[in-house]
Amino acid sequence: MSIGSLNRSSVRRAEFPAPGEPIISVRGAEVSFGDRSILAGIDLDIRCGEVLAIVGPNGAGKSTLVNAVTADVELDAGKVLIDGEAEYSWSTRELALRRAVLLQDIGMAFPFTVLEVVEMGRSPWAGMRESQHDDLIVSGSMSRTETVQFAARKFTSLSGGEKARVALARVLAQATPALLLDEPTAPMDIRHQELVLQQARDYASTGGAVVIIVHNLDLAGAYADRIAMISNGSIIADGPPSEVLTADRISDVYDYPVSIVADPNTGAPLVVPVRAGRKEN
Amino acid sequence: MSESTEIRDRSLRRSRRDRLGEGGDSSADSAAGNRAEPTSRLNPAGKGDGLDLGRIRGQRTARAGTLFLLLIIALIAACVLSAAIGQLFIPPLEVIGSLLHKVGLDWLPGPSHEFGEEALWQVRFPRVVMTVLVGAALGVAGAMMQGVFGNPLAEPGVVGVSSGAAVGASASILFGWSFLGAFTTPTFAFVSGLITTFVVYTVSRSGGRTEVITLVLTGVAVNAIAGAAIAYITFAAPTSAREQIVFWQMGSFNGSLWSQVGLILPLIVFGIIIAQTLAPGLDILSLGEKSARHVGINVERLRIIVMAVVALLVSAAVAFCGIIAFVGLVVPHIIRMVIGPGHRLLLPASVLGGAVLLSIADLAARTLVEFADLPIGMLTSLVGGPFFFYLIRRSRKESGGWA
Repeated sequence: MSIGSLNRSSVRRAEFPAPGEPIISVRGAEVSFGDRSILAGIDLDIRCGEVLAIVGPNGAGKSTLVNAVTADVELDAGKVLIDGEAEYSWSTRELALRRAVLLQDIGMAFPFTVLEVVEMGRSPWAGMRESQHDDLIVSGSMSRTETVQFAARKFTSLSGGEKARVALARVLAQATPALLLDEPTAPMDIRHQELVLQQARDYASTGGAVVIIVHNLDLAGAYADRIAMISNGSIIADGPPSEVLTADRISDVYDYPVSIVADPNTGAPLVVPVRAGRKEN
Repeated sequence: MSESTEIRDRSLRRSRRDRLGEGGDSSADSAAGNRAEPTSRLNPAGKGDGLDLGRIRGQRTARAGTLFLLLIIALIAACVLSAAIGQLFIPPLEVIGSLLHKVGLDWLPGPSHEFGEEALWQVRFPRVVMTVLVGAALGVAGAMMQGVFGNPLAEPGVVGVSSGAAVGASASILFGWSFLGAFTTPTFAFVSGLITTFVVYTVSRSGGRTEVITLVLTGVAVNAIAGAAIAYITFAAPTSAREQIVFWQMGSFNGSLWSQVGLILPLIVFGIIIAQTLAPGLDILSLGEKSARHVGINVERLRIIVMAVVALLVSAAVAFCGIIAFVGLVVPHIIRMVIGPGHRLLLPASVLGGAVLLSIADLAARTLVEFADLPIGMLTSLVGGPFFFYLIRRSRKESGGWA
């Protein structure tokens, strides 16, 4: 968009808060659709330098929480602070310099090439001095998501898992303090699931704040610094994986019995659903 | 995270990097020093694994260059031929000669026929220029509309610009208004086209956002209402006005005048220039409304500007020549197949492509049937209609075609 945003100097640049400082804060967020309450008073700090996994059963309000953070749904009550100021005090572009968002819906209306799609992630930086590194950042985020080999292919011709990786490359290229990923691993195979979570860790270790919605509790347990578990629109647990992922809590929230075992390699909690053994003939 | 996890992490990462043939270890240089920009720790060696940005872009640029060259050659050829062919044939070299004489160059012979010069400058040249302008406007308007709706089937007619403009024009013909002189009908076409577009846009908004499907369906409803209004005006009009309205709806470049060209030229040039500045935003809109907003595009503002520019271009185009459908559908589609969907190239290529297509179509309209000037709108619909069917079938097959 050029008209109105030609005046680059009026754009407030993003400062990276120190690790541990919140880049996004949600305070008392309430959202309801009709008379159905989706978020019932959420308080959450998204801090730089850590990976925050948001977990919870279907319909718990995980995606709505992300939508609330990105101002895609209106809050009935509460507020969202980005970089210390109210969400609405930033322009669309200033928000784009502060947080990148990967939605579940990653379709493209037209058959752009993979390279063009990833380059779109650099668009908030257009005209700024940072844009001189565009090519380096684009190729870097493509090699980190293993999408280099289809750089020249059309995005619309890729498989679901490949599209998801390209979309991830795009948000990595945006190079923002905060990264919000809504179920990025859903269509991916094991290798690429691990790859995504490692990228999330790398991002956090260089000072970024990463929020990732995952269904796979093992991934959350292995890679997240912090897990926030949501149930019926409220955060019912928020803390390190070993504290949040307890058999009782998960069994209760997901309404299915599970047991927790330690990963033989790392000691991270693994969630094992209790299953009836197959009958031997 | 436990220390053992950290070690496992690193070894996994290293093994991945080895497989990719990258050099260096980027996990060591993380943290403190580069906190300011997470991706600044990018390993430049990442460039080494087969990603040649220059090569990929070069291929696109080469194709685009060829296309632009071909379009320009085709446009010049079509214009010269259009000026040459008619009831009085004037050899192409004499056409060029006449043009050169006008700018003071005495290289080629002018028209040898005694009425040649007059035929060219009074009848054919204004018609050719008009055709080029209208084709350019319709081509670029179609491309913009498809971009803003993220749907290759969107066409200026879909949101009601064409039929809205037709209501204003026919009303002015029916009531015999002439307080703006010769420009009364076009002005009304323009005003009512603009009003219609914004009515559609306002009605289809909910909660500050516009869903594409709602907008398209609203366009359908508005088209129906406009169709009823035109039908009533046609019914109520006296015979002479009725004929005028009917012909205006079929579209024709017959009787184009320099004065008309002079009126729409600045509007169309202005529209095309503004369109070009919107190209980067239209590209990003392809990510979807939400994602486009997340990378910093003010989607609502972009849409309003695009709608206004489209209304301007289409109204200017149909003002004197009537409704000419499907140019905005066919041209951008073919160009997208050749050079991809990027609007920085798509929009200017659609300008040229629309001009070429309509020039050829007008030549056909004048020459297919001897001593008859066929309505060009009829011709473009004859070709565009089946093409629309083809697009519908294809969109259904490809997922996301209706997005």
